[in-house]
Amino acid sequence: MNLFRILSEKPWIGTPLTAEGLAVEVSQAPVMVPEKIALRFFLGVVGVLFGLFSIAYFIRMRVGDWRPMPEPGTLWFNTLLLFMASIVLQWTHHRLKHGREDGIKAALTAGAVLTLAFVYGQFAVWQQLRTAGYYIASNPANSFFYVLTGIHALHILGGLWVWTRAGIRVWSGTSPDKISLSVELCAVYWHFLLLVWLVLFALLSYT
Amino acid sequence: MTTYLPIADQPSELHDPHTFISKYVWSQDHKVIAIQYGSTAVFVGLIALVLSGLMRLQLGYPNTFAFIDPSNYLQFVTMHGMIMVIYLLTALFLGGFGNYLIPLQIGARDMVFPYLNMLSYWFYLLSVLILLASFFVHGGPTGAGWTLYPPQAILRGTPGADMGIILMLASLAVFIIAFTMGGLNYVTTVLQARTHGMTMMRMPLSVWGIFVATILGLFAFPALFVSAVMMTFDNLIGTSFFMPAVQSLGQNVAHTGGSPVLFQHLFWFFGHPEVYIVALPAFGLVSDVLSTHARKNIFGYRMMVWAIVAIGALSFVVWAHHMYVSGMNPYFGFFFAFTTLIIAVPTAIKVYNWVLTLWQGNIRMTVPMMFAMGFIFTFIHGGLTGIFLGNVTIDLPLSDTYFVVAHFHMVMGVSPIMVLFASIYHWFPKMSGKMFNVTLGKIHFWATFLGTYAIYLPMHYLGILGVPRRYYAIGTTSFIPDSAMALNANITQAALFVGVMQLVFIINIIWSLVKGKPAGHNPWEATSLEWQTPDTPPHHGNWGEKLPVVYRWAYEYAVPGAKDDFVPQNIPPEEVVMLPGAGKYVNRSEEH
Repeated sequence: MNLFRILSEKPWIGTPLTAEGLAVEVSQAPVMVPEKIALRFFLGVVGVLFGLFSIAYFIRMRVGDWRPMPEPGTLWFNTLLLFMASIVLQWTHHRLKHGREDGIKAALTAGAVLTLAFVYGQFAVWQQLRTAGYYIASNPANSFFYVLTGIHALHILGGLWVWTRAGIRVWSGTSPDKISLSVELCAVYWHFLLLVWLVLFALLSYT
Repeated sequence: MTTYLPIADQPSELHDPHTFISKYVWSQDHKVIAIQYGSTAVFVGLIALVLSGLMRLQLGYPNTFAFIDPSNYLQFVTMHGMIMVIYLLTALFLGGFGNYLIPLQIGARDMVFPYLNMLSYWFYLLSVLILLASFFVHGGPTGAGWTLYPPQAILRGTPGADMGIILMLASLAVFIIAFTMGGLNYVTTVLQARTHGMTMMRMPLSVWGIFVATILGLFAFPALFVSAVMMTFDNLIGTSFFMPAVQSLGQNVAHTGGSPVLFQHLFWFFGHPEVYIVALPAFGLVSDVLSTHARKNIFGYRMMVWAIVAIGALSFVVWAHHMYVSGMNPYFGFFFAFTTLIIAVPTAIKVYNWVLTLWQGNIRMTVPMMFAMGFIFTFIHGGLTGIFLGNVTIDLPLSDTYFVVAHFHMVMGVSPIMVLFASIYHWFPKMSGKMFNVTLGKIHFWATFLGTYAIYLPMHYLGILGVPRRYYAIGTTSFIPDSAMALNANITQAALFVGVMQLVFIINIIWSLVKGKPAGHNPWEATSLEWQTPDTPPHHGNWGEKLPVVYRWAYEYAVPGAKDDFVPQNIPPEEVVMLPGAGKYVNRSEEH
């Protein structure tokens, strides 16, 4: 869809007519599943959300009271879990796209388990940091760490809600098209949240 | 990959709801949701109107009303501002008119995600209830000002520092979730559910305004969300995102090092696009009203669309002009003054085009047309003072005075309200099937139009005298003459008059719903699709058996030789009835 071409149309000019008397569509929207468009916009919104948090992070960092906090090694393990979840969902999507439905249930379950493990892992990191004396309010670096990981985990849990809908469709045996769409949306969402996490992780480690 | 049918080609799967609950309460029909959104918004708007009356009583007649103390006053200011900007204007333009007009004007049966649309309304209602609950909690609602600047927003001593601010932030977060659900729907519906022949550039400007405003909202509201979350943490858990080390009531607070200016940047990164989230739908709606009642095509349709898109893009790079007095690098001030003045260019193009649409039009002085023309006046006045305030050197002395109050009430209060009334009167016959009382409508217009001028024009003078805004009482000073106090009392009288006259509108609407004459399906002889529905008000599914097919843009008025002076979008060219001897109908430009 070319924005500039759309915007340069002259609607007051009679467009050429087709045999049925219909105007030839100059900028008919490309046919896309509405859910995919909505997801793109939603990911844009989530991207802006984390982008603004990151900008706030950089600005707040420059104030003198910032004391960097250590990143526990567990975070690397968690990253691996989320990465695997993303891969499993991509694999499931790929398989459905080629019309194969065997192993789907197991793969979807694995994706959910890995994701839940990631969230639990993040929670475990919080516990480690708390026992080591890094409380949320003791330093802005800590505050940002807890808030950013917390908001990210909430988004992951939100994804699991969509995953549940996909799961219901799979287990109730809805039409393969719908299942395929649900799984594809899940996969895209997971990749995006993985990407967000990698950026956040880099941001948190960088300081 | 399976083939996917465009929505316009899909068989209708809508099932008519039969029970009262599924039809009017848990409804997924965009028209019912629009009316739910609209009436909730008008309801909270009336509360905010009463609050402004109370503020004016205090300002016009200080030391008279014992029940308004300084804390109450600040709470009224805060709640009035927040309700008007977010819970009334944003909700009514996008949730109300967006919901009602998008599917009808693009020829769709409903929104793409009806269930999400329903959820959006109920989340909005929840946010309103949370907000109103703050009137009843210990300490009352927050009195931090609608911008909620830290540190004072969460310090002891600010009214509502106990529960009020918590409920305010929670309510905003819920509102943003509601808006995001609605917004994803509006954008997707515009992009994917247009009927055959409805290209993007054939959409009425209402849809363009709502569409671009929704995109702005989707990307601007996260900034408010981020600041609300971080402020909640500062408040409840004791973090120091925004809270610096300050003394409050003689005690050192537990916070250190936080940056209040960071909050301001985040807030206004939302706050300025918010101005255009309200203004762009207003621009779109008023364009359609003006064109219809002037019986002329909108002047410069393409330019109008470009201006909407350009204003939308520019609105993200002007936010710091709200912060000139907060202190910033002079080059920053220069940059933001520059972008602010640039945005006046597409805005001025729109104003010229509205005026040129009227020029030599066959103007019908209907009630919606009066409000639309009133909007042109109020918007020009509010816009011109905006050019003053966009300059750093002029803003610095005026920023904390009534000049700013007058400016933003003209441009963001009165102007959108004028469009809202124009739109309500314009589409009321379609929504209800009844015609309103014209005499009452005209009384309402003149009272509102002249009354608001009587309120805000004198405020500019007060501001130039240096009368500070936000103050509970001015007291005696060397620079404010007695005549300013007299003027303040006059403003209050005008404000109360305008407030009371809104009852005329409410009475008119209720009376017309019950007793109004049937309006017919297209009382204004308009071209856009919503006036061509088989039923008025439109039934569930909007179009009966078949979706309409669109053959032209929405502004085919005053067609030479045509029997009627307008050609609806969905009439095939060969079916247009011509005057005897006028020849065959052609789309206008083919004459050349």
